Amino acid sequence: MNLGESIRVAWEGLMANKMRALLTMLGIIIGIGSVIGILTVGNGLSSTVTSSMSSLGASNIMVMLQQKGDDYANGNATYIEVSDDDLITDDMIDAFRQRYSDQLVGVAISESAGSGKVQDGRLYANVSLTGINEDYLAVNNIEILQGRNIEARDLDGQRSVALVSDKLVNNMFGGDAQAALGKEIKTRVGNEVHVFRIIGVYRYEQNMMNMSFAADKDINTSLYIPVTSAKRLNGAADGYYSFTVTADSSQDSKAFAEVVNVFFSRYYQSNDKFGIYTMSMESITEQVNTMMSSLSTGLAIIAGISLLVGGIGVMNIMLVSVTERTREIGTRKALGATNGNIRFQFVVESIIICLIGGAIGVVVGGLLGYWGSSLLGATSMPTGGSIALAVSFSMAIGIFFGYYPANKAAKLDPIDALRYE
Amino acid sequence: MNDTIIQMEDIIKRFYIGEPNELEILHGISLTVKKGEFISIVGASGSGKSTLMNLIGALDRPTLGHYTLDGTVVEEADDHELSSIRNRKVGFVFQNFNLIPRTNALKNVELPMMYAGVPMRERTARAKELLAMVGMQDRFTHQPNELSGGQKQRCAIARAMANDPAILLADEPTGALDSKTGRMVMDIFHKLNKEQGKTIVLITHNRELSAETGRILHMRDGYLSEDREVVA
Repeated sequence: MNLGESIRVAWEGLMANKMRALLTMLGIIIGIGSVIGILTVGNGLSSTVTSSMSSLGASNIMVMLQQKGDDYANGNATYIEVSDDDLITDDMIDAFRQRYSDQLVGVAISESAGSGKVQDGRLYANVSLTGINEDYLAVNNIEILQGRNIEARDLDGQRSVALVSDKLVNNMFGGDAQAALGKEIKTRVGNEVHVFRIIGVYRYEQNMMNMSFAADKDINTSLYIPVTSAKRLNGAADGYYSFTVTADSSQDSKAFAEVVNVFFSRYYQSNDKFGIYTMSMESITEQVNTMMSSLSTGLAIIAGISLLVGGIGVMNIMLVSVTERTREIGTRKALGATNGNIRFQFVVESIIICLIGGAIGVVVGGLLGYWGSSLLGATSMPTGGSIALAVSFSMAIGIFFGYYPANKAAKLDPIDALRYE
Repeated sequence: MNDTIIQMEDIIKRFYIGEPNELEILHGISLTVKKGEFISIVGASGSGKSTLMNLIGALDRPTLGHYTLDGTVVEEADDHELSSIRNRKVGFVFQNFNLIPRTNALKNVELPMMYAGVPMRERTARAKELLAMVGMQDRFTHQPNELSGGQKQRCAIARAMANDPAILLADEPTGALDSKTGRMVMDIFHKLNKEQGKTIVLITHNRELSAETGRILHMRDGYLSEDREVVA
């Protein structure tokens, strides 16, 4: 009796009770499907995160003020108010620029000046007023489509000029960026209305940081103005809580983050309340990726429990099947089937259920995963590795949960089995 | 000249139902059946008839004694060898047919050949031949539940003959049939015995049927109480 015949006999056994085989299969389909689905979404998510992190500037280093003391790190400290004297000053940043000029792409400073609405009759666009310096666009990989960047004279003069997004241009100027240049826009922030002259248009890109579910027309985009103008608007003191440094690509950003930390920490040695904390985007990306992959592994393990339940279902139905077919087993043995023949027949039945279930599960899980990850803005297909894993795992489940019932069938005494009513 | 098919000497069969309870069903059976004989074993229920049949058919091993079936020593065989003995040397015909459900007549007849490893093409041809021999040539693809009792039993006889066994072992083969179809089944056995010289062991408690056979063995309380040749 060869493998093909064993498969045929097992297949006939299964076809005898199609509904039951299908329901048993469903357990495996759900199990494999959810594992594959979760792994696929997880892959999609982490590739989205990685790509949006790198679009934000993978080699960026964030520099910020941090309250001193161990308690703060433990998360149970009382917050100390940051006084104007504690802030990072332009002088510190200028000194840093001079010291490391050959290794820097830029030092980006930004300052929020609130959210508001640009309005002109019925036309409008939602904006966040963001004060920036001349390095900001380069550091954050923002592309200018028309016009010019903010320059030193804008900063020095606290000029009321603005860079607007192409979305705003679509809303307000019918998409004509050239026409938008030089136009004045009225921006309402709270009760105040500020007027800015458009000097440039940048390309708006959606990423993890500004993800929005608003209608396209209502999406809030940044209105970039000189940081000095922003400070004037929000009345904040000179100096900054944080800024972003980009080293040129020859630098190891994690190592450079340390250099930056050492440089700025010198200014805070005598400050007993605040110090400097630096963090490279690269290490954040790594952390996030580790977190995401352990999250999706964890979820997949939970989904794996449903696979276990499916496997128990297979075992249960195989036990029922063995009992039901006791007479048949007795007959087969009387006709010369060996224990091995019988055992193999039932194990193959169980493997067939699990393999077909596994294959359907891969397809279902792959589709769900594709759909789920496309909702999250990524396209992800099940990897060959996860398919191979699912198939071999479902085969293993078939063998593991099929063996006990099959062995029970094989060990039946032919005389008792033939007499079984 | 070795034309002995069944050679049993002092066969004892005991069953152990828990440690102290030992139940002896057969108390020392000796039996010789020669090639081409058509014998019947009769006896009341509880006489040990079924136990003897199970031993003859290699479904079980004797507790003590020697049993040789067509030159093969049965009492020393392990489970795997017993399967092989049943497969090649014994053709079972049961009272309730025991056809494999949802498997057509042809596949049922092929079954013993499949377990014997006969190639597909060859066994299909032989199965067709055998079914034709019992008059079932137009029922190849019928499922067991589409066959009448007599047809089922004829199919079962064809299946029993599949590997050209040393003996046909029939356990009340007409028990579930009306007298007319029962007659037809008995005629097939006679034909196989006369034309092919097949050795047949018939277990029955129908005296009329046993009277048709060449030799009648009476079982009583675990002994062979009578062994009588029937003169035709």
